[in-house]
Amino acid sequence: MTAAVLPFVTLAFVLGLLLSAWRLLRGPSLPDRILALDTLYVNALALLVLFGIAFDTKLYFEAALVIGLLGFVGTVALARFVLRGDIVEPR
Amino acid sequence: MTAGIAELPLWADALVASLLVGAAAFALIGSFGLVKLSDFFRRLHGPTKAATLGIGGTLLASSIHFSVRDGAVSVHEVLITVFVFFTAPVSAHLLAKAALHLAGQPADADEAVPTAEQEPTG
Repeated sequence: MTAAVLPFVTLAFVLGLLLSAWRLLRGPSLPDRILALDTLYVNALALLVLFGIAFDTKLYFEAALVIGLLGFVGTVALARFVLRGDIVEPR
Repeated sequence: MTAGIAELPLWADALVASLLVGAAAFALIGSFGLVKLSDFFRRLHGPTKAATLGIGGTLLASSIHFSVRDGAVSVHEVLITVFVFFTAPVSAHLLAKAALHLAGQPADADEAVPTAEQEPTG
């Protein structure tokens, strides 16, 4: 049953990836692009976990974990740059 | 692509498949909302909730899949789930603050300078 469903699930996540990439290229404002990047990495993370199920291996888990960690740090750094004009503020 | 998939009992297979379909639907709707909605604050609403549910469903499905396959509880996925569930609201909050800042409104009540034309809150 999972094998029958997997191609459609993969297609849905790839479609989500493309939609957020479209918003990343198009997005009128800077927060729009950051939000699109956030959605993009979340979709990529889910796609990697999906590959782990499809190929029946735990190899992709570490890659998904690293994307999750670095994606959040990237989003926070970008949002902070927009908010303050600087990432690490001088004292 | 599905050549290497493991044989699971029917109940686990059905559970994994339905979780994956639900997660994919949520993620797709969230990303579609990112494109479709008109305003940034409306767009913020879509992906932050839907994509988080998509991640949660996919990771739960993966956890069940590997737990049943190996006969031992697989808790690796809980690591990502907990991390994403904690960080998604934080990044959404920061993005909303950044957008408010760019729109020229005070993003924080503490930093707000009270002016005559400011609308009363509450």
